[in-house]
Amino acid sequence: MPTRRRFLATLTAIAGAPFAARAVPAQADGRDFLIRQVTGGGALVREGRVKVDTPELADNGHSVPLRVIVDSPMTATDYVRSVTLLAERNPRPIVATFSLGPWAGRAEIFTRIRLADTQEVLALAQLSDGSYWSGTAKVIVTELACLDGS
Amino acid sequence: MQSDDFSNPGMLWVARGEKLWMTPAGGSGKSCATCHTEASQGMKGVATRYPAMDPGSARLVNIEGRINLCRARHQQVEAFQYESEELLALTAYVAHQSRGMPVKIEIDAQNRRHFDRGRDLYNRRIGQMNLSCAQCHDQNWGKKLLTDTISQGHGNAYPIYRLEWQNAGSLHRRFRNCLYGVRAELLPAGSAEFLDLELFLAWRARGLPLETPGVRR
Amino acid sequence: MLAIVLIPREARRGEIIPIRIAIQHPMETGFRPDNFGRRIPKNVINSLVCRYNGVEIFRAEMGSGIAANPQLQFYTVAQKSGDIIFEWVDDAGQAGGERAALTVSG
Repeated sequence: MPTRRRFLATLTAIAGAPFAARAVPAQADGRDFLIRQVTGGGALVREGRVKVDTPELADNGHSVPLRVIVDSPMTATDYVRSVTLLAERNPRPIVATFSLGPWAGRAEIFTRIRLADTQEVLALAQLSDGSYWSGTAKVIVTELACLDGS
Repeated sequence: MQSDDFSNPGMLWVARGEKLWMTPAGGSGKSCATCHTEASQGMKGVATRYPAMDPGSARLVNIEGRINLCRARHQQVEAFQYESEELLALTAYVAHQSRGMPVKIEIDAQNRRHFDRGRDLYNRRIGQMNLSCAQCHDQNWGKKLLTDTISQGHGNAYPIYRLEWQNAGSLHRRFRNCLYGVRAELLPAGSAEFLDLELFLAWRARGLPLETPGVRR
Repeated sequence: MLAIVLIPREARRGEIIPIRIAIQHPMETGFRPDNFGRRIPKNVINSLVCRYNGVEIFRAEMGSGIAANPQLQFYTVAQKSGDIIFEWVDDAGQAGGERAALTVSG
């Protein structure tokens, strides 16, 4: 290999290394594994009743607004116990767990999260009857041109 | 995000600045409020006239510099470091009192020298990229750099909360980012060159309303 | 730790009211280097509790996936006048708190 090309290859390898190390491969069973971790085993997780509201295109992975709304009457006998946010391509994929109860009146939570990469964010709600429901939102994270290197 | 005071994280710095405004400091036992009383009245419109010449030293100072002069002259206490949490908070608090008011800078015999130097720096090609401020922010604003839209390069929202920084920061920090971007030598925040540039930018932004604290990517 | 709590000052009994909090905290991920290339240790607000007249109404267990200077909004049913109190703690063991008063009519 000519020296220049080898030099460029090395340079690319060096430049690429931190990103390669940071990228978490999307495993087919990654999400299932995470969900099992949260639910503590073999609980059935059904899709539905959970709406995740985010911008489709995030300006920035550092602060992505996110709203979770669970379809629940929030009565003393039928309410949402907890909501867990999962971002499987984040280095720490379990983002947060929020606990609430019938006194909330409305099963809706807003926060701002970090996303390491373009991915589908999953919200997992546990209801008062013990059942699990989930919803997702795809977020495309864009990159900056002018970085703070100072 | 910027227009809703609660969603705007910069308001946390404004709130901290308000606390600092009331807190006595140094040998004098004075707080900012001791001399200036209510910031909402005394500081209203002040930021629209900065950077300004300090009559005592015949030097150009921005709000950060004015706060540190006050600390030295009236509070007898050491200066805040540039880009420190406290200086950002107080600067944001003071500038916030002028939110919505138009920038009002006049060039006269006193500040002309600084203005000329600032304009010269703005138009001078620098760094390995050999780019001037004007080439991006006058000639190519609105176009894309990757997913960034090139701004018009106005400083009327500073200190800002920048999502990339995950923190509040000064106009001079942003200058350093630009210098880094064009691979030029990084000047220190608070340096004479940056103050001159800040004056030129304020003149260039005259008429635009102050937005402090701004929120940017 | 500085925080801003935003709730309606007054509410009618039975009304569902929004409760918002913003806290000044870097939520350090543990992945960032400082200016000297040393890794800044992870330090996030890992736990936050909200009580309404002494009763826990909301709890958040958080990781580094929550943005810096975290913001939260949730809801509660106004029952009677009293305090909404937030308490939280970060990985460095620093605790913080903030309160807001709610007046309930009807």
